[in-house]
Amino acid sequence: MKKKISHILILAVLILFAFIIILPLVWMVLTGFKTNTELFLEPWKLPKEWKIENYINAWNAGIGVFFKNSVITTAGSTALSTLLACFAAYPLSRIKFKTKKLWVIIILGGLMLAPQSAVISLFKMSQVLGLYDSYAGMMIITGAFRIPFATFLIMTFYKDISVSLDESAYIDGAKTRQVFWRIIIPLSKPIIASCAIVSFRAVWNELMFANVLLESTAKKTIPIGLVNFQGATTTNWTMVMAGMVIASVPLIIVFLFLQKQFIRGLTAGGVKG
Amino acid sequence: MSRKGGRKTAFIYLAPAMIVIIVFLYLPIILNFMNSLYKWGAMSTEVKWVGFKYYKQLMEDDTIRVALKNNLVFVVTSVFCQIGVSLVISAVLESKFLRPWQSLFRTIYFIPSLLMITVTGITFKMLYSPTIGLLNPILELFGVNTSHVDILGNAKTAIWGVAAASQWQFVGYTVVLFIVAMQSISDDIYEAAEIDGASGIQRFFWITVPLMKNTIMINMIIIITGAVRVYDEVYVMTNGGPGRATQTLATYLYQVGFKNDQMGYASAIAFFVFLITFILGLFQMKGYDLSDD
Repeated sequence: MKKKISHILILAVLILFAFIIILPLVWMVLTGFKTNTELFLEPWKLPKEWKIENYINAWNAGIGVFFKNSVITTAGSTALSTLLACFAAYPLSRIKFKTKKLWVIIILGGLMLAPQSAVISLFKMSQVLGLYDSYAGMMIITGAFRIPFATFLIMTFYKDISVSLDESAYIDGAKTRQVFWRIIIPLSKPIIASCAIVSFRAVWNELMFANVLLESTAKKTIPIGLVNFQGATTTNWTMVMAGMVIASVPLIIVFLFLQKQFIRGLTAGGVKG
Repeated sequence: MSRKGGRKTAFIYLAPAMIVIIVFLYLPIILNFMNSLYKWGAMSTEVKWVGFKYYKQLMEDDTIRVALKNNLVFVVTSVFCQIGVSLVISAVLESKFLRPWQSLFRTIYFIPSLLMITVTGITFKMLYSPTIGLLNPILELFGVNTSHVDILGNAKTAIWGVAAASQWQFVGYTVVLFIVAMQSISDDIYEAAEIDGASGIQRFFWITVPLMKNTIMINMIIIITGAVRVYDEVYVMTNGGPGRATQTLATYLYQVGFKNDQMGYASAIAFFVFLITFILGLFQMKGYDLSDD
């Protein structure tokens, strides 16, 4: 009996906690459907009329363009960092050579470098290299910061692929290139997916570099676009809310459909047995 | 597997990533240090050698002290919520009677960590707002007089409001992570302890926590590092204000560099951030297994 009461109490706390988590999300979505007057005067009520227009207006007022920019930047950055990590992880896990340890340290050492401490130099460098206010600059710079972790993930996975697979391929006369593309990469699809998802999440949400490296409104990504949007349309909060819902949908969809890969990616760097 | 030309092949595969990392991760840190020894700005052409003057200025800058205090608020609240509270929640969710509902709770708790920090920031800024928000009406339900409650407008409460939003967002992230780690602990150990009469709380402190020591340590370092780097939340919610009350190291260096155009001094602050996070990073690296097989 005593046990049952404590179970009910625990459950109640968990439900309360879930409620605290959900409330701001529901409020955000509902406000996205309200009029500004309703937002100010009737915080508790459901919208009288569900205003889809807020979403359409938000999209047309700039979210559409920011969304496109975010997709381009994130896709480019994710592809670049994942591909380079797939290459780099290969010799680090499967070829024996001197100085390997040094290269492992250089790559993983990148994890210790805060983007915040590089942002001023990168701002200056991007202007010199012609990468300022461009998709390419955002892709390379945000991508570069993803490479250390991506290499770490993929390297750990490569190590678990049996070496005898490579050896028998070499005996059959295969070249390293063939072993890499025909054996290692196909076997590594799960970790490549996880890795891409983790990078996608990080770059999609990235604010600081977007703030510093992008100048023209036509190139801005969603996070910085939303911040400016909020400053420019202080009166139109419901449209800002609608814009934020649009910005959140892609990752939530990716998570719901690829939960397994998602969790694998996030736990690989943070769980130690 | 010793192949002829192994070294050359290795470098071909390594080169692209290495070049990108060295040029865009390491070089900026070195340049940043050099930049911090000059007085310069993005808008002006004047460049003047000042040596270590900015480091001395940094030691005496009151705002740096405010920023350090605010970063510390983030460190403390994040470790408390994302390690302490998360561990308890995940242990509870792993208990047998909750297993059927575990994935439902887990998914709900995890969703905020998928949002952009920008989105969380703007949402909470609006929730806290005395005119359009939901916080004051909720407090009124409990009979609180809210005529003076303005979380982000008050210099004393603002940083806590920002930190709370961040905890709301990321508690679920470590819950999921800790559950994965807990699932690798064998049920036999718990059963044996149960037979010996250990209560749930005893099992948590004597089995779960010690066996997850490494996971907890690594995440603690990752979380502390994140709290030292914090930028997005503050930039979006208060932009360092009111006054300078919520300035953190990262937002302050942005303000000094990109708004006041004192790039030299901002670079010195950036180097300071680098030093702190680098030292924390060394501990994180120690936690990873870098052995060669």
